[in-house]
Amino acid sequence: MSLLTPAIGLLFWMLVVFLLLVVVLRTYAWKPIIAGLKDREHEIQSALDLAQQTKAEMAKLQADNAKQLAEANASRDRIIREAKEAADRMIAEARDKAAVEGQKVLESARETIRNEQQAAITTMKKEIAALSLQIAEQVLRRELSDKTSQEKLVAELASNAHLN
Amino acid sequence: MLIHIRRYFTIAIAAALLISNPLRAQHEIIDTTAAEVPNYEEHAEQHSPGHDEEEEFNIGEMIMHHIADSHEWEFAHGLVAPLPVILYSPDRGVEVFMSSKFHNDQHEYNGYRLTHDEKEVIVPVDESRTVYDFSITKNVASMLISAVLLLLIFGAVAKAYKTRPGKAPRGFQSAMEIIILFIRDEVVKPNIGPTYEKYLPYMLTLFFFILINNLLGLLPGAANLTGNIAITLTLAVLTFIIVHINANKHYYMHLFKPTGVPVALLPVMVPVEIVGVFMKPFSLMVRLFANITAGHIILLSLFGLIFIFKSLALAPVVSLFALFMNFIEIMVAFIQAFIFTLLSCMYIGSAIEDNHEADHGIGH
Repeated sequence: MSLLTPAIGLLFWMLVVFLLLVVVLRTYAWKPIIAGLKDREHEIQSALDLAQQTKAEMAKLQADNAKQLAEANASRDRIIREAKEAADRMIAEARDKAAVEGQKVLESARETIRNEQQAAITTMKKEIAALSLQIAEQVLRRELSDKTSQEKLVAELASNAHLN
Repeated sequence: MLIHIRRYFTIAIAAALLISNPLRAQHEIIDTTAAEVPNYEEHAEQHSPGHDEEEEFNIGEMIMHHIADSHEWEFAHGLVAPLPVILYSPDRGVEVFMSSKFHNDQHEYNGYRLTHDEKEVIVPVDESRTVYDFSITKNVASMLISAVLLLLIFGAVAKAYKTRPGKAPRGFQSAMEIIILFIRDEVVKPNIGPTYEKYLPYMLTLFFFILINNLLGLLPGAANLTGNIAITLTLAVLTFIIVHINANKHYYMHLFKPTGVPVALLPVMVPVEIVGVFMKPFSLMVRLFANITAGHIILLSLFGLIFIFKSLALAPVVSLFALFMNFIEIMVAFIQAFIFTLLSCMYIGSAIEDNHEADHGIGH
């Protein structure tokens, strides 16, 4: 079959044209195209990397924020708790102090009362003594005048003296 | 899958042609003898009665005329562009003239005759002389056009990358970029491996050369370049050379002393391996040639049916079917370019692979 016998002219031209095509396209087409594609791939890759990095940083920042918020909350709670404790303590102290004061006042009042009672008793004793003396004086005086009235008086005085 | 179906279809049509047209078969026998030892008297006798009975339509001749190379470019009947004829003979040196000089009764010019057999051949009238034909034939002209197209297309694409670096691709650039990236990432890179960049320019040129010529060949009146054995032979031989220049010692060791094979089997295995080495480029050559030629034969056979039946009613049916076949041929144009490139990459990849033990007996 003539179809299966290659013609020498066509073989020659094919070899020349194809090899030239490979060389020319390689220099003027494939190299810039492949380089361009590679550059773009690098750019896309680096952009993706940057995005990833930014995302990680954002996540870290967010975590930091949450941590700070938690810390702030904790410290607020602590401060409130401490303040409450301080107030409670102060109230308790004041109450104790007041109680002690009251006790003291009560004590001194009792002391005063006792003192005055003592003084009153003493005064009364003095007055009773003086009264006794007066009675005794009057009895002595009456004895001199009337014996019956003297006895009556003594009985009267004695009945009166029981009251104290 | 589709390739297989189409191949069977081609065989069926070719068989039908041969059976239905015994006249054509006879011609072929004469032609094969005539191609080797041209018989001018017989050719002249054949030719003149052919002109008288214009009614007789030989579909076999028509198809062969359309898929074979020619010294002039016939776009349509009567619309013929002459092409330069370049001849080299040891005694006369280089001779250049236009093919239109052969337009005379004897088809002779300057001591050369253009034979119009199944294949056009320029032979010297003086049989003792030898002449080598380096003419710019229809196929060469078509190849030059495709080369110029490739340079324009990829020159423009490369310029787009240079003028707008770091920008998103636009228009035609992005259309080509998809194919370039596909070849790089799906064909070359996985099959050749880490050193793929060295082979990338060749593979891209190979793919786009085959693709553009497959597609150009589908145009009406165009040449059947990738369905020509000289073209596929050159491409296959180039791949063969690249494989064997770059092959490592594992590859050659495997060829002459396959590991894991009993010594008694070596006399069988070594020839099988060596035959396998030559079968690879041979299969590359035949696959592309046969697929493209078969596609052209199917299309031409369909159109030939109109002239065989001389029926206008048949024309729309045939045209619809031819349209369908044309779509398949466009697909085949891509598939065959892809397969040629893919297999070239696989052959290179298997020859430069570091360890051959792993795939022993699989890749052969």
